[in-house]
Amino acid sequence: MTPASGTLMHNARLIDPDAGSDTPGAVLIEAGKITKVLTQPLEIEAVKLSADNLVDCGGACLAPGIVDIGVKVGEPGERHKESYGTAGQAAAAGGVTTLVTRPDTSPPIDTPEALEFIRRRANEAAPVNVLPMAALTKGRAGQEMTEIGFLMDAGAVAFTDAMSVCRDTRVLARAMTYAAGLGALVICHPQDPVLSQGAVATSGKFASLRGLPAVSPMAERMALDRDMALVEMTGVRYHADQITTARALPALERAKDNGLDVTAGVSMHHLTLNEFDVADYRTFFKLTPPLRAEDDRAAIVAALRSGLIDIIGSFHTPQDEESKRLPFEAAASGAVGLETLLPVLMRLYHAEEIDLPTLFRALSLNPARRLGLDCGRLAAGAPADLVLFDPDKPLVLDRFKLRSKSKNTPFDGARLQGKVLKTVVAGKTVYESS
Amino acid sequence: MRFDHRHLLGIEPLRPDEIVTLLDLSDQYVAFNRRRDKHAKALAGLTQINMFFENSTRTQASFELAGKRLGADVMNMSMQASSIKKGETLIDTAMTLNAMHPDLLVVRHPHSGAVDLLAQKVNCAVLNAGDGRHEHPTQALLDALTIRRAKGRLHRLTVAICGDIAHSRVARSNILLLHKMENRIRLVGPPTLMPAGIAGFGAEICDDMREGLRDADVVMMLRLQRERMDGGFIPSEREYYHRYGLDAEKLSYAREDAIVMHPGPMNRGVEIDGTLADDINRSVIQDQVEMGVAVRMAVMDVLARNLRARPAEVMA
Repeated sequence: MTPASGTLMHNARLIDPDAGSDTPGAVLIEAGKITKVLTQPLEIEAVKLSADNLVDCGGACLAPGIVDIGVKVGEPGERHKESYGTAGQAAAAGGVTTLVTRPDTSPPIDTPEALEFIRRRANEAAPVNVLPMAALTKGRAGQEMTEIGFLMDAGAVAFTDAMSVCRDTRVLARAMTYAAGLGALVICHPQDPVLSQGAVATSGKFASLRGLPAVSPMAERMALDRDMALVEMTGVRYHADQITTARALPALERAKDNGLDVTAGVSMHHLTLNEFDVADYRTFFKLTPPLRAEDDRAAIVAALRSGLIDIIGSFHTPQDEESKRLPFEAAASGAVGLETLLPVLMRLYHAEEIDLPTLFRALSLNPARRLGLDCGRLAAGAPADLVLFDPDKPLVLDRFKLRSKSKNTPFDGARLQGKVLKTVVAGKTVYESS
Repeated sequence: MRFDHRHLLGIEPLRPDEIVTLLDLSDQYVAFNRRRDKHAKALAGLTQINMFFENSTRTQASFELAGKRLGADVMNMSMQASSIKKGETLIDTAMTLNAMHPDLLVVRHPHSGAVDLLAQKVNCAVLNAGDGRHEHPTQALLDALTIRRAKGRLHRLTVAICGDIAHSRVARSNILLLHKMENRIRLVGPPTLMPAGIAGFGAEICDDMREGLRDADVVMMLRLQRERMDGGFIPSEREYYHRYGLDAEKLSYAREDAIVMHPGPMNRGVEIDGTLADDINRSVIQDQVEMGVAVRMAVMDVLARNLRARPAEVMA
């Protein structure tokens, strides 16, 4: 055995989503990569003697860094809401080591030139990895496909029109067919665009009492059914950005059973909140799709546990105070989530709804695999993208202390448990809690 | 008498005894309004601003008259015309008005919850004169007063609410109020005009109007908006009238002494037969208008008493 150098993070609880294990151990980092994952005390003692740096994790959890698919940064167009600098800081503080950004900026990221701008800005300003997604159709208008090939060459990791849904199935079918030829990943937002037009809530007693325009939860299944038919037809690699209703789950399960190359995501908010949280028209709880009934939330958590739902994202959507201080119908949709992602999801862990390896399978391993990235694993050879966190540490969230430029979190004042202690990207510490 | 609210934003937060308090006081104002000399001083020295972000003639006139009869300085602002066009936000408009120190702000807005939002930002008492599809509390109160005066009570009555329930704030406030006062509520209309989750409202649902009206004490008709008539929610005006328009034949299923109500303005021949609307033995539509002024006087009186009971600095 050659004597080890590098940094040894020891006295940690290793959360390995691939093995599904949660065991005490240590991780050796050399030249930005994980070179050893150690669980035997004798081995650890041996490596301790030769390592250049020792980091005592104090018994905290060490997991692969989060890969967050679907983050909105305000550049270009809305830099006052969020820049790559602030989003990167927020990500680092939240244990997110890879940001996968949405193309729904203004203008949208639908040309290789626009994508080039994003990559340059991100590399300058963000301390974490940033991988851009590009629009599937020009201007996200659902009429003509973008230059998928050129955009892939420029570094687009997936193609999506974000929350705008393509109404024209012929356009979508052709874009999917073309994308399939290139092996590109297409991400859609399953929501029937006609049925959901103007809706800001999920139909049911709550929306009716509040007098809010609402959409049936069935709109999600309708769009997913359509997309599944298109996937079967075109053979494209497909990811549904958010599945939030119980009724959509059988369609997803059927598609997976039939061997279609399909995965599904969900937002942190739909896992932890329900429609009643809107209460007296609290616009920070206005999300796309709208918050669902408690039965749906519970079904989605179960689907996450079983692996039917693959990926959790923050769907970080910064909005300034002005766009939220409006009547509910007129207010902007979305919430920031990079920094609150982990502590909020600890609610599921403390409620014993999910264990940590399963959680990190959906936060790190699955998103990395889906995008063909090497990270997301706690294994020798993987990049040293890591998050060290204490799952029990209590905190009261103060939204004005968030690093994002926008402070629109629905969890202001919430009592949470779970704190990120340290975030490491390619072996370099990018965040350390004070 | 107890009425511990700073604003009147909806029926939802009110307790039954508070509703009775308001109705009792309204009764006194009905008598007062029938006098030749109709000038009181309950609101003397106070400023009332009527802020209507949506067109209204009747409700605005009713609030204006109520305020003037109680001695308030009343100002009407038609908001579609002014600041909205210039891009001012609702909150900025509210803050601007707030700086003028009004005491009572009467607001109507096309968005549900907008009046609640505004109430959080101003120092005065806010009265909801209708917000989106959410609530229209003074309408429910005036309907309740009309029913109580015609029927002698406001409990254990069978009330049929007919028409466009889904888009109606009047229906929502009425359902809440009548439910709190322990009445039997039937909602009558085509399924396209029924809100989702309606079963949880404590009401029975009928798509057959004759069934819905059977043995009803009160028949409350709702206005059907013109823009909802053609093919969108119902196939046509004539089919709607045939199935859900109130005429003498359908009314014969209700109790003999059933009263007919309508919040106005009516579409004669669409939701209600013209002759029936004018039948003074059945229709209490004109009474509703009269009760409207009295109820609004009572509400503003009570809110003004609460305002005066607090020292000015506490209101900030």
